[in-house]
Amino acid sequence: MTATDAGGAVAARASNVWKVYGTGEAQVVALRDVSVEFGSGRFTAIMGPSGSGKSTLMHCLAGLDAVSRGQVHVGDTQVTGLGDKALTRLRRDRVGFIFQQFNLLPTLSAQENIRLPLDIAGRKPDPQWWDTVIATVGLTDRLAHRPSQLSGGQQQRVACARALIGRPDVIFADEPTGNLDSRSGAEVLSFLRSSVREHGQTIVMVTHDPVAAAYADRVVFLADGEIVTELSDPTAETVLDTMKKLDSTELVH
Amino acid sequence: MLRATLKSLLARKLRLILSGLAVVLGVMFVSGAFVVTDTLSRSFDAVFATAYSQTDVAVSAQPKIAVDEMEGEQVATPLPADVVARTRAVDGVAEATGLVSADGARVVGSDGKVLNSFGPPRLGGNWTGTDDLLELRAGRGPQAADEIVVNQTVADGAGLAVGDRVGVLTLEPKKDFTLVGIFGYSGGRDSLGGVQEVLFTEPVAQRLMLGRAGVYSEISVRAADGVTPEQLRDRVGSALGAGYVVKTGDQLAEENAADLQEGLGFFNNILLGFAGVALFVGIFLILNTFSIIVAQRTRELALMRAIGGSRGQMIGSVLVEAVVIGLVAAVLGLAAGVGAGAGLAYLFTSFAGGLDLAPIGVPPAAVLSAFVVGVLVTVVAAVLPALRAARIPPVAAMQDVATPDRPLTRLTVAGAVIGAAGAATLGVGLYGDSGGATLTLILSGVLVSFIGIALLTPLVSRPVVSALGRLFSWSLPGRLGRLNSGRNPRRTAITAAALMVGIALVTGVTVVMDSAKSSLAQQAEDNVKAQIVIGGEQNGPRPPTFDPEVLRRAAAIPGVRAAAGVWNDQVVIDGERAWVNATDDLARLADAYGATAASGTLATLRPDQVAVSTEEATERGWALGDRLTVQTARGDPRPYTIVATYDPATLPGSMLLPAAATAEFGIPQPLTGFVRLADGATVDQVLPRVKALVADSPEVSAMDRSAFVAQQTGDFDTIITMVQILLALAILIAVLGVVNTLALSVLERTRELGLLRAVGLGRAQTMRMVTVEAVVISVFGALLGVVVGAGMGAAVVRALDGEGITDLVLPWQRMATYLVLAGLVGVIAAILPAIRAARLNVLAAISHE
Ligand SMILES: Nc1ncnc2c1ncn2[C@@H]1O[C@H](COP(=O)(O)OP(=O)(O)O)[C@@H](O)[C@H]1O
Ligand SMILES: [Mg+2]
Repeated sequence: MTATDAGGAVAARASNVWKVYGTGEAQVVALRDVSVEFGSGRFTAIMGPSGSGKSTLMHCLAGLDAVSRGQVHVGDTQVTGLGDKALTRLRRDRVGFIFQQFNLLPTLSAQENIRLPLDIAGRKPDPQWWDTVIATVGLTDRLAHRPSQLSGGQQQRVACARALIGRPDVIFADEPTGNLDSRSGAEVLSFLRSSVREHGQTIVMVTHDPVAAAYADRVVFLADGEIVTELSDPTAETVLDTMKKLDSTELVH
Repeated sequence: MLRATLKSLLARKLRLILSGLAVVLGVMFVSGAFVVTDTLSRSFDAVFATAYSQTDVAVSAQPKIAVDEMEGEQVATPLPADVVARTRAVDGVAEATGLVSADGARVVGSDGKVLNSFGPPRLGGNWTGTDDLLELRAGRGPQAADEIVVNQTVADGAGLAVGDRVGVLTLEPKKDFTLVGIFGYSGGRDSLGGVQEVLFTEPVAQRLMLGRAGVYSEISVRAADGVTPEQLRDRVGSALGAGYVVKTGDQLAEENAADLQEGLGFFNNILLGFAGVALFVGIFLILNTFSIIVAQRTRELALMRAIGGSRGQMIGSVLVEAVVIGLVAAVLGLAAGVGAGAGLAYLFTSFAGGLDLAPIGVPPAAVLSAFVVGVLVTVVAAVLPALRAARIPPVAAMQDVATPDRPLTRLTVAGAVIGAAGAATLGVGLYGDSGGATLTLILSGVLVSFIGIALLTPLVSRPVVSALGRLFSWSLPGRLGRLNSGRNPRRTAITAAALMVGIALVTGVTVVMDSAKSSLAQQAEDNVKAQIVIGGEQNGPRPPTFDPEVLRRAAAIPGVRAAAGVWNDQVVIDGERAWVNATDDLARLADAYGATAASGTLATLRPDQVAVSTEEATERGWALGDRLTVQTARGDPRPYTIVATYDPATLPGSMLLPAAATAEFGIPQPLTGFVRLADGATVDQVLPRVKALVADSPEVSAMDRSAFVAQQTGDFDTIITMVQILLALAILIAVLGVVNTLALSVLERTRELGLLRAVGLGRAQTMRMVTVEAVVISVFGALLGVVVGAGMGAAVVRALDGEGITDLVLPWQRMATYLVLAGLVGVIAAILPAIRAARLNVLAAISHE
């Protein structure tokens, strides 16, 4: 199925994307003709069982990995076929990342980590936006600390701020709360949601936690490398229901 | 346990290859030195055997002064012709030929310059016809007084052909001859071991090479059938009586070979010394590698402890690894050493000419040293990491291993103690009076100091590295690189310390040499009034000389106030050998120098008078009016009376003999001439005229005083260059260490690199980041080296204050060059790791464990 996002501009788009790993016997089809759009200013969650291709899809969308077939766009830039220089610039200027873990450079302070994408690009942060971001992440008194002096939740919030500071077209987050306890997770998720609601940021987040997915505006479900269904304005219950339904259809297969 | 060790060894190939390479290079140097000296010595054995192949027994007169091979050529005492006749009359003698053969026949090449010799003598002798050894290649033998033949090596070197007019310098100033023939030796040799040979007719050879008609330097005797050389030697010996040296050809070949062996042994020791430095540096690299390996294997080792492995087994597992690397490196190093030794020997023989390369051999010393050195070095380097491995607690298996920032206190205390011990040893060596142990004390002092400083380096590394890094902090990659270089102070420190050793030695030598140069220049400036000096650069085993007539004519040039020459030779004074000077006229020499007597008067010396320096007088307990006996190379012992003493800084040498003595010197011509101008005369007016006078003395030139000082101190620059070349290997090994450290950093920080690339760091920026880290480490090492080297050099210079090195010169320019070069080295060392970092697959890097 093709998942389109209701109305508005498209921040990222995959069209008939295939991703195949390996050859012959060892061949794994991680993405099977996936087409999906992510609307600008929306918070989308990607869900699905482990191994369903969530991370692969995200990596392809973000220009971290090349697709086997099909096309990927960020905004109106075609990502497929870009060289390393252009991809680097795309990641630097137009895409933000939050990984499950190991998001920060241990040698840099929280503040320096947040500025990192701007420093790489040789840009100065917009002071007003800087203050806003720092205030929303709530790290004002921790800015001079090194990652090793921060809790896991604080580290992830620094990572969020880092992703946000350059106002990228889209932020990709791969299980950003996967390593956090539920309270820290909730903080990070509220922060992500508020940056969408209040600042119009586009976020695509991979998760397998229904509660986390409920923070999103929309949930896209993947199974076996294919998009199987999607939900708008999800709640934890509707997400859980859909998952159960999918599980039972899996069983039917 | 052993299998587990070997498995983990294979798993860490790359790291081990790099540190193994350091050992391989060091071992290569060691075994190469043995192979080259062994091969050369056997090649020379063959040359000497050939040279004496036509001689069953040789007779010579007891030399007046026995000179060591290392100190130059011995002057033969002439044998009168009747000794040849008496030898010929001995029963069992088939043939006795009087030979003239002496060092000092210098051929002027077609370019007008004297043909150089890098060591072998330049023999002049009499033509005795061809035989089984000597073969004419072109022309004929000399028949007239102005005809000569030369060997092929001379003809090739000087660019001569039969029929050319050739200038030859001998005991007498330059004379011109017609080249009538070119000869070689049996077996197609162009020379015997690079020896240049010029043959004259017999009377000419006697006059020019021995200084007297009707005498020979040696008699070559052939035995009649049925008489062995040994029998003949004994018969000739008893027939001639005392005062003669009678030896068989084999004996002489062996003695010559033994002399040469001594020279080669000296050369070998120098090579081994530098190999030692390279290996010492290699220890740092291996130490670093093993520390890293142990750190990376912490969990694995802890697990082994947890399941019952003992501490001993932990130590064993690391040491076995070291032994295996040492053995493999020794084998490879030995192979490389044999190759390098063969290459060097080949280069040497093709350079020397006339030397057939003996088959390359691998002497037992090479094999033994390769294995001892290879294994010892790796094991010594692995001891500390092994002990650390033993201290890993079993619980570490369960813990997340962060690289703990262990305090540096113990290291610093140890470093301070060892450094102080090293400095103290060095101090005793330099300033104390420890006789024969001095060199050992100095060397071990330097070595121990290096170890102490290396231990102190981690402490210094934090502030210095961060200060150095600030130079690069203007860009983000630079800042990240700087931060990275400060992350592991121990590793950075050891890497830098390895580089320090080589740079410190080079800097130290440079400081001493430059100080010596400047001191000499200063002393010349202060003490020599003569504005023009005649002298030349060493071009062979005997020093350059010129026609003494030049001095007389120079004195006659208008505007010249005084001109005098200085002769130099080894003599025996009251039974003790000494190097002394002589002058044609002490009064003029004193005038040319502007010297005054400390006691007595510096007037023209009579043939039985001598002047000595106050220092020499004090040392030997001499006073004005004392008498002493001097034996020169060619004359009889003669009595002299001390008529003057002088400050050694104001006149050359410890003793000045009168003009009459110079005729009996081994080298009866002046080495240096001093010309002092009259008031009002200028160098520009007089110099061209003096230059014109020395036109026929091609070994020397006339120049102003500063040019002369520069020429005389040129050797110091040569020494610096040699040391730089020989230390290049140690520095190369240190660079391998930088590469190793960087490769490791890149590997350890794979995830960080992935993250950086994911958030938009470009490939070029990634490479810059790695390069800055390398440059910071290298420059840090060089900075340490320059500081430590300057310190050590200054200590040596201070200690040599009494020996005439009075100026301390810090070669800022060279030191700056070393720093810049170190930066460059860092850039080069970073190339591969940087490329590797830039090529990382972003996704794979992020998910790297
Ligand atoms: N580098 C790779 N090489 C081979 N197979 C891979 C690779 N990365 C992912 N896969 C496979 O692709 C499929 C999808 O993986 P992934 O996108 O990581 O799933 P998810 O994130 O949904 O758990 C899985 O079957 C996985 O084994
Ligand atoms: Mg995943």
